[in-house]
Amino acid sequence: MTAALFIVLIVTGACLYVPQLVALVGRRALLVRIHVDAGLALPVPLVASFLGPWGKALRADVRRLNRWSAAERRWLRMLLRREPVSRLALGKFNAGQKLMAAFTLGVMGVTLMTGCIMRWFYFWPLSWRTGATFVHDLVAYIFVAAVIGHVLMAITHPRALRSMLTGRVSREWAQRHARSWLEEVEAGGGESQQA
Amino acid sequence: MKAVADGERRDGKPVGRRVVVAMLGAGAAGVVAGAPVARGIGNVLHSLSARTESNLAGLVPGGDYFQLYTVTNGFPPEPADYRLQVGGLVRRPLSLALGDLEALPSTALVKPFQCVTGWRVPAVHWEGVALGHLLDEAGATKEAKALLFRSFDGVYTESLTLAQARLSDVIVAYRMLGGPITREHGGPVRLYVAPMYGYKSIKWLKAIDVVDKVYPGYWEQRGYAVNAWVGRSNSDVGAPIS
Repeated sequence: MTAALFIVLIVTGACLYVPQLVALVGRRALLVRIHVDAGLALPVPLVASFLGPWGKALRADVRRLNRWSAAERRWLRMLLRREPVSRLALGKFNAGQKLMAAFTLGVMGVTLMTGCIMRWFYFWPLSWRTGATFVHDLVAYIFVAAVIGHVLMAITHPRALRSMLTGRVSREWAQRHARSWLEEVEAGGGESQQA
Repeated sequence: MKAVADGERRDGKPVGRRVVVAMLGAGAAGVVAGAPVARGIGNVLHSLSARTESNLAGLVPGGDYFQLYTVTNGFPPEPADYRLQVGGLVRRPLSLALGDLEALPSTALVKPFQCVTGWRVPAVHWEGVALGHLLDEAGATKEAKALLFRSFDGVYTESLTLAQARLSDVIVAYRMLGGPITREHGGPVRLYVAPMYGYKSIKWLKAIDVVDKVYPGYWEQRGYAVNAWVGRSNSDVGAPIS
């Protein structure tokens, strides 16, 4: 749901912004309406699945994504220095995934905030509207780049992609990439995942 | 439950929350202080674009460039035999080809284009005929109170009162940005209403009707202020725009 809304937002946003697409599609009032409605709806599925009684697994994942162990911070530093990282004992998510999760949540918050200023602009001074437009555009650029990078990573890492779709990973993969998590699961603390 | 306990045992720093909070803070700061930053970036991009003869300023956020809006299905094609019609409550209706407009006394302005949503293009070169001059040529009658502008896109309309139309920086423009007005900027002829937000500057201008009262235009029917003075309007709390 969230992904579908993101896709709608990126597509309609591009059609409102990129001159070539504006020329092709036009219909500004309709596109604005779809873009704004999708934007307002964006946090709904996530919040609903987080707060509902069915949200136990998500809440546990969010807890994991929030906390960074020393090994994960080290992982990110080593990655930036292009050192081999497979020796580190990591959990279910690596630091890159944790960073992307936090970044995505931040993007949702910032674009929602600036989008609301652009949509209900009459409440705000003109310089704030300019600032909001600038931030909205800038964040959208960076996020689209991150999404493209993410999709490329998923395509070039087919096993990670398969695990996202099926919810399963092989023991050998877990041993290599998420040792702490494997130990945790084998110690009997399984939630929804099967090794 | 044990998994949660294990997760908490591994603990670590709440980096995720810090990243989110930092981004929200930076976003809010960008809203409040972003306008001068955007302007600064725009200036840098402009000089870079000029030096490298590229369209850099048009490619990244913050560049001072026009965002192109059209409310219909794309940009309307230019009519083969363009004529601007001035009619309604006038003694002498006009039908002006581009050459006729160019033959009239011209007014050149260097003024910003300010969109109501916030983006702004500083120091745009505009050239055209003062709207007041066209009204004098056509001779508005006593009942005349306002103008209704129509676009050849077939949908967009705009309005001005007669007094607003006679301001010296309201022109029927046929040149902008140092050349004939391109199709995406509303060529061959558009309105430029310097003291008001961009939506008043109707593109692809086809007809000006002199009328007995203000007929709100396209966006004005959708909640935008009819008297769209830059910095002094569109703060009508609660007005819907969609």
